[in-house]
Amino acid sequence: MASILTPAMEAAVGKDGEPQSALVERGAVERFAAAIGDANPAYPDVAPPTFLRSVGRAIPPLPDAETAPRALDGGSEWTYGEPARPGDVITFVTQMESLVEREGRMGPMLIATYLTRYTNQRGELAATQRNTVIRMPAL
Amino acid sequence: MSDQTSIDDMAVGAEIPTLTKRPTTRQLAMYAGASGDFYEIHYDKDFANAQGLPGVILHGALKSAFLGQLMTDWAGPEGRLLSLSVRYREMDVPGDTLACRGVVKEKDEAAGTARCEIWIENGAGVRTTTGEAVVALPSRS
Repeated sequence: MASILTPAMEAAVGKDGEPQSALVERGAVERFAAAIGDANPAYPDVAPPTFLRSVGRAIPPLPDAETAPRALDGGSEWTYGEPARPGDVITFVTQMESLVEREGRMGPMLIATYLTRYTNQRGELAATQRNTVIRMPAL
Repeated sequence: MSDQTSIDDMAVGAEIPTLTKRPTTRQLAMYAGASGDFYEIHYDKDFANAQGLPGVILHGALKSAFLGQLMTDWAGPEGRLLSLSVRYREMDVPGDTLACRGVVKEKDEAAGTARCEIWIENGAGVRTTTGEAVVALPSRS
């Protein structure tokens, strides 16, 4: 079977996306806690552990993405530093750490890992998230 | 009984109290809005079917959030989640009953940390989601 991993994709490995910043809004934390069904009284004075992904990810575009447009989330690894709170301004940058092709049950697939670093307005690391994305050709 | 788990009281092999979740399509819509993840496989059945899926499926990140809650509920107000690692092995669908579970695998009394194996079991008893978490817990002394 032909490879779905292109040279342009491989050239994108290790590159950071553009850093972005966003305010942690109290209402957004409230809506997130409600959406996950978590009534912890600590919210919304502090954000739930997986909230920061909703602040944003500055993912660098994947070249030739149309060769594998179907995407599934494979998993997530968080490490935590200073908890995020309403009023924080979080700067985040995402890098595609690796990209490999595998032959899966349903044909060829790409496995990409992205690392996002979230830093607060004091320069403290709030969290890192490593995310695995599985991409497959169109049906 | 105190709400606060302490490192002293916790034994390797101890089970974390199960957190039960019954996600609905409404919850998936709420999570899409709250997280900004509007990938249609989570709320548009026709789109999901066209992608080869049996219907809409849970956001993987919602399952991570459930396991995050499992750990923060257990760690208590003075505990702290240090890391949360989750693999989405099988898809989960709204309407199912999900048991979020965990067991203490290792503890480091000096550091005050515990490493736990965590997972989600669907209604059929399949571990659809597996992972690991490390928490810091206060000491009684």
